Amino acid sequence: MTAVHFSVKDFDEKVIKAKGLVLVDFYADWCGPCKMAGPVIDELAGEYKDKAVVGKVNVDENQELSSKYGVMSIPTVVLFKDGKEVDRMMGFKGKEGYEDLIKKAL
Amino acid sequence: MKVGRFGSFRFKLIIIGSGPAGFTAGIYSGRAELKPLLFTGDKQGGQLMNTALVENWPGAEKGVMGSDLMMKMRKQAEKFGAEVIDKKVTRVDFSKRPFKVWVGEEEFQAEAVIIATGAENRMLGIPGEKKLLGKGVAVCAVCDAPFYKNKRVLVIGGGDSAVEDALVLTKYANEVKMVVRRDVLRASKIMVDRVKNSPKIEILWNSELKEVMGENRVEKVRMVNNKTNKEQELAVDGVFLAIGHKPSTEIFKRQLELDEKGYIKRLGEFTTMTSVEGVFAGGDVVDFRYKQAVTAAGMGCMAALDAERWLEKNYV
Repeated sequence: MTAVHFSVKDFDEKVIKAKGLVLVDFYADWCGPCKMAGPVIDELAGEYKDKAVVGKVNVDENQELSSKYGVMSIPTVVLFKDGKEVDRMMGFKGKEGYEDLIKKAL
Repeated sequence: MKVGRFGSFRFKLIIIGSGPAGFTAGIYSGRAELKPLLFTGDKQGGQLMNTALVENWPGAEKGVMGSDLMMKMRKQAEKFGAEVIDKKVTRVDFSKRPFKVWVGEEEFQAEAVIIATGAENRMLGIPGEKKLLGKGVAVCAVCDAPFYKNKRVLVIGGGDSAVEDALVLTKYANEVKMVVRRDVLRASKIMVDRVKNSPKIEILWNSELKEVMGENRVEKVRMVNNKTNKEQELAVDGVFLAIGHKPSTEIFKRQLELDEKGYIKRLGEFTTMTSVEGVFAGGDVVDFRYKQAVTAAGMGCMAALDAERWLEKNYV
């Protein structure tokens, strides 16, 4: 399953106004570690589809979002619960790193 | 977790590290059917993941993206049977065989170990630096420069990597100041010329950073001129550290002989063997001189061949 892409247009509706958990992966095509994280994020989108929404934000196309959420290094994932940031992780720490983040917030 | 050759946690060979040395060791020992277990650490792919185009990798005549090269190396190692695990080794015990390797509480055993943990960015160790890492304090200009569009940034250091970082940043930032401890740049002439010709780069000589300040992101820094001892504060948005690397050998202290700078010494009967028989090392973790992708890969190959021969001799 491929993770959904969020953009400036739908971020409020799909992340901030959403109930429950939303994991957002801020990435760019030129970022090496992001390329490693990409397939893992897609996997998580499938495996956790009943527990959390897993999506991505391309920082080049959505600079407003990266600056609004203080993302200055990628990959950064930000975990939202009921629209509020509850956790974040910088750098790619393997699949388990992301899973831990989600499990802690469940 | 898949089951290794000797059951659930004992392996013929464990490789620690996932740069060119680690993955090359994985490719060679995989082909030798040692079924190696490879721990990537938390910086999968190593330093090349943070570079752009690698132009000196032999055979890649048009250059190759560092991240693409590393992902291909990983796949190649996996193809030959290396089991790659995205975890960081936190503790080792090389005092007796089988050697023990821990990831947190999880224990693994190996008859032979190859260390290819490479080198990590040196930090200044000043107040504010850790707290604001990723919030304006950065160690990878290639990665993070685009977030500093029209901003004011400092680059700390006077060597080749500092100069490269400064030049990358000029494409985005409005103002790039290099903070150089001495009154010369250590970088190669061609790079120094590029800096001097860049209208955006200003060099602050004889200067040292003392503190990085800001609540949620970098707002300003305190620095001192080491000739005049004059302090000043400077408002900036980003601080890029480029003060070199140090070998990643923290967990091997008291296990292996290290030199005074922390590099692993090679002392055994095999070229890549460390002070402990059966433990081998290659790549930037032993190399203070060349530090190239291709030399690291070469040493990873050597370590794998040495480990294979040693295993043949010691474990039939």
